[in-house]
Amino acid sequence: MSRINKLFESKNKEVLNMYCTAGYPRLDSTLEIMAALQEGGADLIELGMPYSDPLADGPVIQASGTKALENGMTLAKLFEQLEKMRPAIRIPVLLMGYMNPVLQYGFEKFCADAAAAGVDGLILPDLPMYEFETEYGALIRRHGLDFVFLVTPETSDERVRRVDALSSGFLYAVSSSSTTGKDKNMGDQQAYFKRLQGLGLKNPVLVGFGIRDRQTFLDACRHTNGVIIGTAYIKALDAGPDIAAATRTFIHSITRK
Amino acid sequence: MSAINDSKTSAGTQKPSFRTPDAQGYYGKFGGAYIPEMLHRNVEELRTRYLEIMHSPAFKKEYQNLLRDYVGRPTPLYLARRLSAQYHTEIFLKREDLCHTGAHKVNNTVGQILLAERLGKRRIIAETGAGQHGVATATVCALKGLECIVFMGEKDIARQAPNVARMKMLGAKVIPATSGSKTLKDATNEAIRDWINNPNDTHYIIGSVVGPHPYPDMVARFQSVISEEIRTQLKRETGEELPTHVIACVGGGSNAAGAFYHFLDEESVELIAVEAAGHGLTSGMSAATTQLGRPGVLHGSKSLVMQTADGQVVEPHSISAGLDYPGIGPLHAHLYESGRATFLNATDEEALRAAFGLAKLEGIIPALESAHALAALDQLSLNEKDRVVICLSGRGDKDLATYMHAMEGGL
Repeated sequence: MSRINKLFESKNKEVLNMYCTAGYPRLDSTLEIMAALQEGGADLIELGMPYSDPLADGPVIQASGTKALENGMTLAKLFEQLEKMRPAIRIPVLLMGYMNPVLQYGFEKFCADAAAAGVDGLILPDLPMYEFETEYGALIRRHGLDFVFLVTPETSDERVRRVDALSSGFLYAVSSSSTTGKDKNMGDQQAYFKRLQGLGLKNPVLVGFGIRDRQTFLDACRHTNGVIIGTAYIKALDAGPDIAAATRTFIHSITRK
Repeated sequence: MSAINDSKTSAGTQKPSFRTPDAQGYYGKFGGAYIPEMLHRNVEELRTRYLEIMHSPAFKKEYQNLLRDYVGRPTPLYLARRLSAQYHTEIFLKREDLCHTGAHKVNNTVGQILLAERLGKRRIIAETGAGQHGVATATVCALKGLECIVFMGEKDIARQAPNVARMKMLGAKVIPATSGSKTLKDATNEAIRDWINNPNDTHYIIGSVVGPHPYPDMVARFQSVISEEIRTQLKRETGEELPTHVIACVGGGSNAAGAFYHFLDEESVELIAVEAAGHGLTSGMSAATTQLGRPGVLHGSKSLVMQTADGQVVEPHSISAGLDYPGIGPLHAHLYESGRATFLNATDEEALRAAFGLAKLEGIIPALESAHALAALDQLSLNEKDRVVICLSGRGDKDLATYMHAMEGGL
């Protein structure tokens, strides 16, 4: 059983997946941030691999990626840093990014190096289902990695079921049709979350895009298993140099724990 | 069966065509639809409906009427006698520069605006580099009374003031792309993000044979009118339907796709694509994607992409903003890999010389993009029996500042 599956066995409500960009704010801050997130109470970590052309991301996350690239972050450097991730980081870790850098690195080598570093799963929003089924899915599974697909309010029930069948770990429910970091009201999305809940999916559902405070967190969690927070946390990191304190304060403002 | 097409081509008894991709949008190993789920519904709607709409009699009639009465088609196929004499061969210029708005771009925007209408979309977005596609999009939006938003790199807005003014006069809103390198590739990212955020009422008019399937095929079909006319006109002029060579410049590759289209499966026709070498292939300031790129994913399709060893897309360079793109349409990547087309390149300097040459020999000031195609004449060995067609994709008015600068420099 994967580390992600184990997590959801022990906790299936208000699960908190925190996003951060590798190499941001500093080249060497990746592990420091991951440790701060774990200590602060995150249940999973989604580590963004910076890319020059991140189509699904809004300005805040893109700017963090641009800074990380300026800092000198590359996939090779990232895997070097992640060698020391385990056992200090005990919670599940997913890598999130875009196809082009992964293809350049070599898709299979990427999966092998990720698995060797103790990474648990991948999120590649621009890897389509057809290519996953015919080419890449087998490589991902061969290395024991979970793969998380996205669904949106526009995704039909039939397609959600197909995506659920191909995904493992959890399903990433994009809260509304948008890029990351838009201020959307989760209250309006209850019908969508309920629809997902009613489909009897095999994977837990985490909601991402637009979760930024206690209210959006509670609204998103009502009919789902938890949330993914990115933009609001990247903004919180900009507040000051003390990563651990900023992280603790931010997560507390969401979970009140 | 040709060995060129790989297993992704649907099995059948027919000889595979270079013209159309397979059901998943692949030309050989290039193409596909590498898009996030947020774009799926819009792209899927387009994929399932574009052929049905394009083949409907009412659509065809309206498209053909607009091409004739509004765009000014057919554009002439002009036998350039003095240019021919210089190269001791027969050279025909396909005069896309005489299209309304000054370039071939409008063939595609007229088609896509009619498609958008039939899909019930009232809001149109587009990306633009030099502004030619932006102007062509703003033009057809004005024609149809549709809202038009054009994304343009902040740097390009500063460099291309006349086209920005044209778009504004036509009623379009021009939004600066301030992310990344602030040029065409980032304007394309911003347009895609806008589409993600406006999934219901918006159609995205991509300006080249790039993007996720079905865009490369759809844009190639709209531009294919270029080669359709060439065949008819050449037959009338020479008695022969087929040229020996077709030459076109390639950035994303829309005019080349249109000029090649009806010759792709005619093995006797030599297809020559000319990329922008910028300051030279090894200078670090180039846009010759087939020479410098590697397989990758950019703007929703798998193709050749100019990138770092870490897979970050790099900023290309060309004196011609229309060729200044770090990718190339998947059709062209396949033509390159399969050897069906020959890929040459011309430097900034060579393109400038070719532009001045044409101006003086034929009284035609070409766009800098088209000047790259003309520059390839120096790299070919042609004889008097050859019938060469060059796609003169656009006129040079937009490039006057660059040409004036070159004259001051002694050209």
